[in-house]
Amino acid sequence: MTRLALEQVACFRGGRLLFEGLDLALTPGEGMLVTGANGAGKSSLLRIAAGLLVPMTGRVMREGGIALSAEAAALDEDKSLFAALAFWAQLDGQGHEAVALGLAATGLAQIAEVPVRLLSTGQRRRATLARVIASGAGIWLLDEPASGLDAASLDELAAAMAGHLAGGGVILAASHQPLGLEMRELTL
Amino acid sequence: MSPFARLVRRDLAHSFAHGGACLPLVFYLLVATLFPFAIGPDAALLAKIGSGALWTAALLAALLPVERLMRPDIASGVLDQLAIRGQSDESVAAAKLVAHWLSFGPPLMVATLPAAALLNLDGATLARLEIGLLIGTPGLAALGLAVAALTASLRGAGALIGLVMLPLAVPLLIFGASSGAGALKLLAATSLLFVAGAPFVAGAALRAGRS
Repeated sequence: MTRLALEQVACFRGGRLLFEGLDLALTPGEGMLVTGANGAGKSSLLRIAAGLLVPMTGRVMREGGIALSAEAAALDEDKSLFAALAFWAQLDGQGHEAVALGLAATGLAQIAEVPVRLLSTGQRRRATLARVIASGAGIWLLDEPASGLDAASLDELAAAMAGHLAGGGVILAASHQPLGLEMRELTL
Repeated sequence: MSPFARLVRRDLAHSFAHGGACLPLVFYLLVATLFPFAIGPDAALLAKIGSGALWTAALLAALLPVERLMRPDIASGVLDQLAIRGQSDESVAAAKLVAHWLSFGPPLMVATLPAAALLNLDGATLARLEIGLLIGTPGLAALGLAVAALTASLRGAGALIGLVMLPLAVPLLIFGASSGAGALKLLAATSLLFVAGAPFVAGAALRAGRS
């Protein structure tokens, strides 16, 4: 069963206490949108949930695989988009079909053979989403997934997120723009 | 294919695709050519200092790829994504070490053949040098990897890399260039120490850099 829970988590960064006593629990099919001003600690919260940052206090409990889409795309610039995504899919134990699925869901299937270095900002953002979809992980952590996306891509993002929740997945998204999906909100 | 093998293959393809693997080689040969120019065409003298000169050249060539070993993968989020997938920082560092040595050690040994001809080294000295490089370059690569991880988050680390790495590489230079009986064993011991320690030093540095 996919689950993500944070208990009494506090985050201290750059000499500042960003948040403390934070509790959240997400069960299958549940999503949560984290909002807050720039520098409020949205990305730090996601990195804590991903296990990349150790919280100052509190515990993080995860059941299920994690997929993180952050500002850094983590795609090899000189590879084709398909090959760059396939590298991660293979590490996740997924095949080429999963990559094709992710590319189709984000509308990138037509540029699958284009080198990553030629992609635009919005296309990169969609490619990180394609990597998340292709990972087959239960827990999606999306950091500003809507930034730089056009209207059609926003719809694809909402559809992909709705599909993941319907399939029993868990989503924790940080964004300061609406994602076109009914989710609980947490303001930092 | 295991994640470790995939990482090695990715890094190896990366360093050869970008020509990053050729640069230290050309540099090594260039430094080797400088010695005859500086010392003059004294064949006996060149043959005498040749082994030490080539080890110095190898040490300097080992500095070149260090800045590109860790920094790009940290900046592009690749190391974060590997950590999320449960790959320990130590095993990632070990994979990078294997890939780095493969793109650095064997090519350097091949380049030593023309370099030895330039310095008029005889067959026995050349064989001794090649064995020394085979044993010593893994240690050099390990040192480069650890220094790369330690300096990855610093700005303007280029100059610092040399300052940190060269003093630590002195034992390799001493035992590699020496023709004493036990020198190769001591070289192997030093190299083994660096290879065994580097993944843990680099792993700890990567973890510290994340918080």
